[in-house]
Amino acid sequence: MDSASEHKHADTGVKIVMVVWFWLLALTAVEIFLGYKAFEVNVMIVLLMGLSVVKASLIIAYFMHLRYEKPSMAATLMPALVMVIILMFMIFPDSFRLLAMRPH
Amino acid sequence: MASHEAIGGELSQVGQSAWGGGVAPFATGSKKLGMWLFILSDAITFSALIMAYSYVRVANPQWPTPFEFYPGIVKATVMTLILLTSSVTMVMAVRASKLDRRASAVKWLVATMVAGLAFVVIHATEWAGLIGEGVRLFKNPWGAPLFGAAFFTLTGLHMTHVFCGVCYLAVVAVLTAKGRLTSEDVEVSGLYWHFVDLVWMFIFPLVYIMSVKMG
Repeated sequence: MDSASEHKHADTGVKIVMVVWFWLLALTAVEIFLGYKAFEVNVMIVLLMGLSVVKASLIIAYFMHLRYEKPSMAATLMPALVMVIILMFMIFPDSFRLLAMRPH
Repeated sequence: MASHEAIGGELSQVGQSAWGGGVAPFATGSKKLGMWLFILSDAITFSALIMAYSYVRVANPQWPTPFEFYPGIVKATVMTLILLTSSVTMVMAVRASKLDRRASAVKWLVATMVAGLAFVVIHATEWAGLIGEGVRLFKNPWGAPLFGAAFFTLTGLHMTHVFCGVCYLAVVAVLTAKGRLTSEDVEVSGLYWHFVDLVWMFIFPLVYIMSVKMG
């Protein structure tokens, strides 16, 4: 690759990063908006954490440029992380049950 | 594919197919792979804390909601803006160092550090405010006593990560200025910085947005 095309690629990279930055801020604004709506706590946490997973994925894919690495890297790192998190959340439904069992 | 070459260097020649790795299965330097593995384990640590916070948050109807629009939510939003912007300046530092513009890389690294320090300072004033209102580890004036422990542990571990990140970037900036680091080293420090930003993307909604004080 000659240096001119490398330059061009780097500038496209900056543009993508700014677009991603804008979307991260936009999603943050959506979260703040949702925060002032009267959702049940269990609905709220699913909505907010769902948006956070989208934001985290944007950061991993573009800022940490995992998208541009060899696919084998993401295939090695991500399933392990997702699996551990799923296993951790296995007992989570218990918190909803506790909520329902509380004397009101 | 183009950036793939730029990142992997001659290593990307080793495995031509996506899966044929040869001696360098990820077509990346060992430092970068090492940082990714560290980030993976750190991500699991934070997942555990976030999962614990979510659990007690959902299970407690009397969870305190102390964050008024001002100062709480405004401060936390400004902190989010600062951290997201610092990720952009970090990307610029990595880019400059890849293009072999050392002075520019150092400038962007310093900008990232300033943002990180601003984050820590604003966060510290916020902690001071809450402590002033009577929040202790196992007691607070509003409700579920566990709020303090959950809040200070989760945000405290994150703040420690930001502070350590600033120190790390300072070392990288000094050594870059002296010309003793390669662009891979700067890139690896960037991975850590973006990860700290990523964790805040979970803490901000979970801790602040889930505890806004309704009018």
